[in-house]
Amino acid sequence: MPAGTVAKVSLTVNGRVRALELDNRTTLLDALREHLQLSGTKKGCDHGQCGACTVMVEGRRINSCLTLAVMHEGDRITTIEGLGTPEHLHPLQAAFVACDGYQCGYCTPGQICSAVAMLKELKEGIPSHVTPSLMEKPELTAEEIRERMSGNICRCGAYSNIVQAIRDAAGRSA
Amino acid sequence: MKAFTYERAMSPAAAAAAAARPGARLIAGGTNLLDLMKLEIETPVHLVDVNGLSLDAIETLPDGGLRIGALVRNTDLAADERVRRDYGVLARALLAGASGQLRNKATTAGNLLQRTRCPYFYDTNLPCNKRQPGSGCGAQGGVTRQLAVIGSSEACLATHPSDMAVAMRLLDAVVETVRQDGGNRRIPLERFYRAPGSTPHLETVLEKGELITAVLLPKPTGGIHLYHKVRDRASYAFALVSVGLILQPDGTGRVAVGGVAHKPWRVEAADMALPRGAKAVAQALFAGAKPTPDNAFKLLLVERTLAAALRQAKGGQS
Repeated sequence: MPAGTVAKVSLTVNGRVRALELDNRTTLLDALREHLQLSGTKKGCDHGQCGACTVMVEGRRINSCLTLAVMHEGDRITTIEGLGTPEHLHPLQAAFVACDGYQCGYCTPGQICSAVAMLKELKEGIPSHVTPSLMEKPELTAEEIRERMSGNICRCGAYSNIVQAIRDAAGRSA
Repeated sequence: MKAFTYERAMSPAAAAAAAARPGARLIAGGTNLLDLMKLEIETPVHLVDVNGLSLDAIETLPDGGLRIGALVRNTDLAADERVRRDYGVLARALLAGASGQLRNKATTAGNLLQRTRCPYFYDTNLPCNKRQPGSGCGAQGGVTRQLAVIGSSEACLATHPSDMAVAMRLLDAVVETVRQDGGNRRIPLERFYRAPGSTPHLETVLEKGELITAVLLPKPTGGIHLYHKVRDRASYAFALVSVGLILQPDGTGRVAVGGVAHKPWRVEAADMALPRGAKAVAQALFAGAKPTPDNAFKLLLVERTLAAALRQAKGGQS
């Protein structure tokens, strides 16, 4: 391997500072899964098309497969493991269970991380493709949820229950 | 992915100088470049990370226009109040593209510089003059439904995939850059993309290492702003065709079209034809078009999409 292709990087993952020495090629996704043993974040397509790898960086959802770990020095990262635990589920995790918002479950951590950040985007008034007016605050409709969650694919096709789970969870926190 | 060295650029000029080295590439959002690196379509030996440069502001200019920093994320640009109010077609185009996750990462400059999604560019088992100059064009005589109908050449039928760029072209955007010697220049988007000709691997007029620092928009145009995108899925898909429209109360305006060429397609004669309706505009837009049997439908699809946009604009909605 040529010199200089390995770098040190420090990430704050779910509130804990983690120092790593990584090949520059390591994606944030692989750093989480293979180096920090946080296997809740899933690798689906590894090309930003499926959303299974969605995590939050500084509170914003991104595809962790399409970014290099070395580009996130000092960043705060939240994964599904940082949202809730089996004993204390995040409201969205509880809603996915209650609404049966999955079948195989592989896309679920990405769906939930995406939904948590998506609801924040909606609350901040960020418009979407289906928002009727750019000058009015978007509303939490099924159409808005479907459009805003289109970067998360569910090949089992649990979409109607996923939408229901997000509506229920958002309704409770509203 | 091939191994590479990595550095964080400390200034725009330093980034340009570092990126001018052989095999070096600039990286910002990375959503397109890393995808292509995984496929070994892009094989940089050195990455220059520009994310630490303070190029993420949107400033109002003295003439009433906007200066959009190169690193402004697509989400933030679409959400900016000035953009939503005065450049609605830009907000709508951005929101029609990609997914929430990708828009949070993708930058203004990176969006302009993204590579084609032509399937022959992506399939490394097939020839592609863009990926491997001189190897031939696999799309000629191949599956061309998604590919260009105008501006293309024997060597390349690829389209530019950006929605944002269509709106930027409609708004007469100007690209501001810095070169490795520290010198700046301004390039109207109209002259930014190169025709494929016999060298489709050369996509823009940027020099090696030249870094985009901002995109400038002239003062607001007024009128009704619409962006209509037609695609195979309702969300998260590239355009078959898209139409950006600015229509003034007197029936004059501007039209730019995406999904049909190597760049956002805008023709002065088509703008002039707007008061005469969608058919006249489409005729002006596509004079000299060379569609294939697979993608000739795009000409009629643009006309009908524009007709729908004109109906909506005249109904007063935006």
